[in-house]
Amino acid sequence: MTFADTSAHKIARLVRSGKVSAVEILESHLERVKAVDGRSGVLEPSPITAEDKEKVHAFITLTEESARAQAQEIDAMVANGENPGPLAGVPFTAKDIFTVKGVPSTAASKILSNYRAPYTATAVQRVLDAGGILLGKVNLDEFTYGSSSESSAFKPAPRNPWDTSKVTGGSSGGSAAAVAVGAGALSLGTDTGGSIRHPASFCGTVGMKPTYGRVSRYGLIAFGSSLDCPGPLARNVTDAALLLQAMAGPDRHDSTAATVPVPDYLAELEKGVRGMRIGLSPDFFRVTYFDADTGEIRERAIPEDIKAAIESVAGYLAQLGADIITDIPMPHTKYGIPTYFVISRVEASSNLHRFDGVKYGYRAEQSFADLREMYRLTRGEAFGEQPKLRILMGIYVSAAQFQKQYYQLALRARALMRQDFETIFDPAGDYKLDALLTPTVPSTAFPIGGVYGDTVLMQYSDQFTVTTNHAGIPGLSIPAGFDGNALPIGAQLLGPDFTEGRLLRIARAYECVTEHEAWRAKRPPVVEKYG
Amino acid sequence: MPQEKITPQVFQRLVNLAAFDLSPAESEYLRRELNNQLVSIEILESISIDAEVEAAAHGVPYPPERSPAFRADEWITDPHRADILAQAPEMEDGYIVVPDIAQEELE
Repeated sequence: MTFADTSAHKIARLVRSGKVSAVEILESHLERVKAVDGRSGVLEPSPITAEDKEKVHAFITLTEESARAQAQEIDAMVANGENPGPLAGVPFTAKDIFTVKGVPSTAASKILSNYRAPYTATAVQRVLDAGGILLGKVNLDEFTYGSSSESSAFKPAPRNPWDTSKVTGGSSGGSAAAVAVGAGALSLGTDTGGSIRHPASFCGTVGMKPTYGRVSRYGLIAFGSSLDCPGPLARNVTDAALLLQAMAGPDRHDSTAATVPVPDYLAELEKGVRGMRIGLSPDFFRVTYFDADTGEIRERAIPEDIKAAIESVAGYLAQLGADIITDIPMPHTKYGIPTYFVISRVEASSNLHRFDGVKYGYRAEQSFADLREMYRLTRGEAFGEQPKLRILMGIYVSAAQFQKQYYQLALRARALMRQDFETIFDPAGDYKLDALLTPTVPSTAFPIGGVYGDTVLMQYSDQFTVTTNHAGIPGLSIPAGFDGNALPIGAQLLGPDFTEGRLLRIARAYECVTEHEAWRAKRPPVVEKYG
Repeated sequence: MPQEKITPQVFQRLVNLAAFDLSPAESEYLRRELNNQLVSIEILESISIDAEVEAAAHGVPYPPERSPAFRADEWITDPHRADILAQAPEMEDGYIVVPDIAQEELE
C-alpha cells in the first residue's frame, strides 16, 4: 500500500497538517501511473502489444511537470501556515472533455487533437482552487459518444483494471479506471446518459451525476446541452462528497448553473438511513434490448448476480432502519433509450457544427477547391464514426417534415419520465420515497470488441441511467460487490432534485455496514501485479 | 426487418448537410446503424401521451429563485484574444484564412 491507495480526505488531512508533503504524495501517484497505466493514448495507429493488453491506458495527457509545480506551491503554503484548501495536495484527473488552460483538450477526437484551450473549465478551476493537483487528462469515448470508451481516437483505449480484456464502460472510462488503480484519488467526469455512473459501475468506483445545474458546464466541450452534467468519481463515498463540494455551485459563466445553495455534504454524511423510504422498481430489474434480426424490442430479467447484489444492498439498508418499498412503478423507463436516440442526437448535431477547421482544431492538409470542400474533407477525416452517426441522426430527426414525429414526441416522452420520478418522490403522493435503488447497468463489464460497432446494443447498456438525465435528477453509483467472474457490480441511488447529500448519506451508510466484508478488501489485479 | 427509412438517396442528402466526405465502407456502416436506431426509436410511437403533456426542453424546472439574474448587457473584452486567435489553422495579418467561398445562384 502506498499513498496512491490513500483516500482523498486522508491525503488532504495529512498534507494540511504538514505530516506528509504534497510532493511526496504526488510522486507516489506518478509511480503508480507509470507502473499500471502503460502508454498513454495517441492518435497515430500502432499495433496493440501483449504488454498493452495488461495495462490500463487511462491517460491521454500526463501533466507531470505542472503537477510538481502545484505540489511545491501547496507545500510552501503549508510551510507558511496557510490553509491550501479542502483538497490540499490531492492528485486528481479530469476527463479530456473539460478544458484546461494551456493543456491539450482533445475530447478524444482527431478534430481537436491540436487544441489547447485558452481557459479552464469552472469545475476544474474550483478543484484547483481547493488545493487539488491535476495529474492529467484522461481518455473517453470520442466526444463522450459511447458506453465503453472504445470509440476514442486516442489508442490504446482504456482497459478495465479488474480484467484488462474487458471494457471500462464509458464514456468516462479513463476517469473510472484511473481512480480504481490509484492514478489520482479523484476524477472529474461528465454524464449525459450515464457516462459517470456506467464506468463507475464497471470499474468498482463511486460515481455521481449531480442534478442538472448543480455543477457548472462552463468549459465542457458540449454533447447534449440539456443533459450534460459534470460530476465526481472516487474510490469511496466521502471522497465523492468532498469533490462534489468543491465543484458545485452557481457560476456567472453558465446561466443553467442553478442558484441553489450548496449544502455541507460532509456534515450530513454519517447521519444514517433510519426512517428513510427507499424504493425498488421491477422496471429496473428487467432488460429491454433491441433484436436486430427481427427489429423488435424484447425484454428479459437482469443477470441473477446483479439482482442478488441489489437485493443485498436493500437488505442492509433495511437492517439500518430504512423502509424498503417494493413494486414501485416506473412505466416509462423503457422509453429512455429511444427518447435519448432523438434528443441527444439533435443536441449533438447542433453542437458539432462548430468544428469546421476554420477557427481552431484540425484542418485537413491538402489544398481545396473551395470552403465547402475544406469542411467536407476536414470533418470527414477528423470525426470518427460515432460523432458522424450522431450528427446524421440529429439532422434527420430534427428535419422540418419529421420533427413533430420524432423530436417533439421525444421531448414529450421526456416529460413523462420526469413525471414518473415526481410521482414516486412526491411527499404527499402514494409512495413518498426518499430514494430509488436500482442496478446501475444491466450487466458487468463486457469484453473489448464484444459490443463495439453495434450502436443500438451499446446504447441499451445505459437504460438504467438515462432516464435520470432526461429527468435532470441526481444519481449515484456505488460498488455493491462482484459477480461470478470477479467483475464489479454497481448499485444506483436516485433521488429528487438537489438531494445529492441524501444519496451520499445512504451510500455512506451502506459503505460503513459492509466495510469489513471480504470483497471490500479486493484490489484490481493490475495493481496487485504491477503496483 | 422493416423497410429502411434512410435510403441511399436520403443518406446522401444528410451527408451533404453534415458536410462529410465518407468512404463507401463508412457510408454503408453509418446508414445501417442509422436505420437500426430508427427502428428502436419507433417504439416511441406506441406511447400514449395525454394531449396536455407539454414538451420538456429540460428535466429540472428553472423558477426565477433558482435562476441566475441576467447580467448587465455590456461589452467585456475577453482577456484571451491572442490565445484564441493562435488556435486558428491559418492566419494572415490578424485575419483567419479560408479557401474561396463558393458562390451559388439561388433559384
